[in-house]
Amino acid sequence: MNFGFTEEQNLLREQVERFMRDDCSLAKVRELCNEQKGFDISLWEKIAELGWLALTIDPKYGGLGLKWVDLTVVLEETAKGLSPFPILSQALSSALIDSCGSEHQKERWLPKLANGEMICAIALYDEPNWISEDSIRSSVTLKEGSADLGGIKPFVNDANLATHLLVMARSDSGLKVAMIEKTQARINIQPTVDTTKPMASVTVDGVSVSRDDLMDCDVEKLDYITNCGALGTTAEMVGSSEALLNLTNEYAKQRIQFGAPIGKYQGVKHRLADIYVDLESFKSLCYYAAWCADDKPEEFARAVSMAKGYSSDAFNQIGIDGVGLHGAIGFTDEYDAQLYLKRSKWARPMFGDSNFHMERIAQLGGI
Amino acid sequence: MDFDYTESEQSFRQEVQDFLRENLPPKKDRDENFLKTWLEKVREKGWVGFSWPKAFGGSDGGLIEQAILKEEMALAKAPPLGTSMMGLAWVGPGIMEYGTEEQKKKFIPDILDSKVTWCTGYSEPNHGSDLAAIQCKAELVGDHYLVNGQKIWTTGAPWSQWIILLTRTDFKAKSKHEGITCFLVPMDSPGVEVKPIKNMAGDKHFAEIFFTDVQVPVENRLGAEGEGWKVTVSALANERSSIGEVTQMFSKLDELKDLVKSTRVQGKPAAEDPAVRRQLARFETKIAAMKYNGLRYLTKQIKGEPLSSETSVNKLHRASLEIEMDDFAVSLSGEAGLQLKGGENAVGGGSWSKSVLNWPNVVIGGGTPNIQRNIIAERILGLPKD
Repeated sequence: MNFGFTEEQNLLREQVERFMRDDCSLAKVRELCNEQKGFDISLWEKIAELGWLALTIDPKYGGLGLKWVDLTVVLEETAKGLSPFPILSQALSSALIDSCGSEHQKERWLPKLANGEMICAIALYDEPNWISEDSIRSSVTLKEGSADLGGIKPFVNDANLATHLLVMARSDSGLKVAMIEKTQARINIQPTVDTTKPMASVTVDGVSVSRDDLMDCDVEKLDYITNCGALGTTAEMVGSSEALLNLTNEYAKQRIQFGAPIGKYQGVKHRLADIYVDLESFKSLCYYAAWCADDKPEEFARAVSMAKGYSSDAFNQIGIDGVGLHGAIGFTDEYDAQLYLKRSKWARPMFGDSNFHMERIAQLGGI
Repeated sequence: MDFDYTESEQSFRQEVQDFLRENLPPKKDRDENFLKTWLEKVREKGWVGFSWPKAFGGSDGGLIEQAILKEEMALAKAPPLGTSMMGLAWVGPGIMEYGTEEQKKKFIPDILDSKVTWCTGYSEPNHGSDLAAIQCKAELVGDHYLVNGQKIWTTGAPWSQWIILLTRTDFKAKSKHEGITCFLVPMDSPGVEVKPIKNMAGDKHFAEIFFTDVQVPVENRLGAEGEGWKVTVSALANERSSIGEVTQMFSKLDELKDLVKSTRVQGKPAAEDPAVRRQLARFETKIAAMKYNGLRYLTKQIKGEPLSSETSVNKLHRASLEIEMDDFAVSLSGEAGLQLKGGENAVGGGSWSKSVLNWPNVVIGGGTPNIQRNIIAERILGLPKD
């Protein structure tokens, strides 16, 4: 029994911390996102060189053969500084290819995902707030040697940053995933609350793909990828919540009102203590779920639902209180607290909101 | 990260399970001698004071084995491993750390053998949460101290033989944490008067205690004069992992699920109501969070990293769950939920309606939720004291 990180994982954490401090400060994040670039290819190459895109990929395909626990460390630390780099999308794409791809497809794609040459985003569900096979409307019509896609994937994270897209669609013979080049589809960037997590609609009407670029999927694999997405989003929420707690806590120590730091008053300090309690708790649930992903697959769904179900609502409230406890300054564009509130709005529905996950816990718990 | 147990840990778990199978008959088959036999047998196994040093009659049990023992005992809903809960939890550890050789010889075996029950004289009428401000007075007169003052909310006082008593020996000390002295006092000393207090559930678990010119021999002082605060803080730090509590809460959740399955609301099965389903899932999630928080802190302890006041995290969860789960059961059952034991439609034999009046036992004792929040804010987040 050991619920802690290894020495290597601690070193990885320090490495990510260093990168975020030196190369990806919040000022840099603002610059990238305000210009709607969201991207800096030299930093992406650095991320690839550091191996973070290869963590969970099998060494057979150029990966490092590590686990979701290791990836959790990277996602947590990058989310402390609200990094806009699509590390999670890339990891989910790798997992999707690993689950659904043929040997040949894995050999073709995974090494390029591992070294960052391909940047991949995934398009799973078509309806908002509906995590189910039934929510997938986009179609794929199989033909001799090729296949035609049809439909719109309206909510695709990081689509504008990617070079390639993995599109989930239904065919007469079940769920399929198509690997397309971004240029084949029409990408419409959508204005959303959180510019650090760009979202676009992807129209695939009339896009033709070779049968070599089509993978077989099924509900079980779709669930698995969704669970991985919920886990990754939770790991990011852990990091962002901790950063916002620290920011607000420091402010509470420095801001003097009525002759004392506001952190002296119980109305403020108790709320900060409650944030700490929530953060500690969904952190524990998140780490446990990350461990289950590789080492206890039969517990993974339930563990993820607990982690994502708890954190979605808790982080949202932390975002509100993080801004609120600052008073008016927290409400300004210039101050960083609001960036975390925006991130909390993004994270809440991704890969299932708390209602979805709580319902699943009830079902898995025999209710 | 690794949630598996080693072979020797697994075989210890097996040993506990085998013992429970042989020595814990179903409730209906237990006779009046059961408890006495049970206590002797767990004592023989070395499971009472399991973590205590062998030199004091314990087993030097490791942190993980302690957790396994607690978990299995709670799963089997076994009786406690000794009758002196407070003796085992902090009086014993306090004596082992600060006591004289005579005190260790005199008190430790009786705690382990469940011969003596201890209560804890901390709170006073004017000083509960602000514990260090206590006023109960002890002054040295010749070869004994003379104690005058009052304690209140003392759980177990009506049936305890001994009390660990916090007094003030120096009223001019620079800070309130100085000048406090700790004593071990027989409850039948002349001048000790116990007045049980009836709580809102109708029970008399706690009491007021009046001390009038009570003579306490110097050899009954625990630690040096004026060191009482240090003794208290270190004794309270002896709290164990919360794994046993978590297991109890999971079995309470199972009872709650059974209740939901057999309850109809507005003519429809309660188990089909999304709000009810989510609430149960939220309870389950919080208890699981307690479990994994506990394991994370346990890992820290095993690695020798200092724990700050992280245990307050689980205390806050426990407090809210303790209130909310019973309340949910009573509310779900509507009018029937109001009926106490003996009521024609009492739910669960009146156990839920009873506990909905009993939560302060857990929630207030050992520090109110707001005190836990102060502890987290000040000791972990480093915010200024108020």
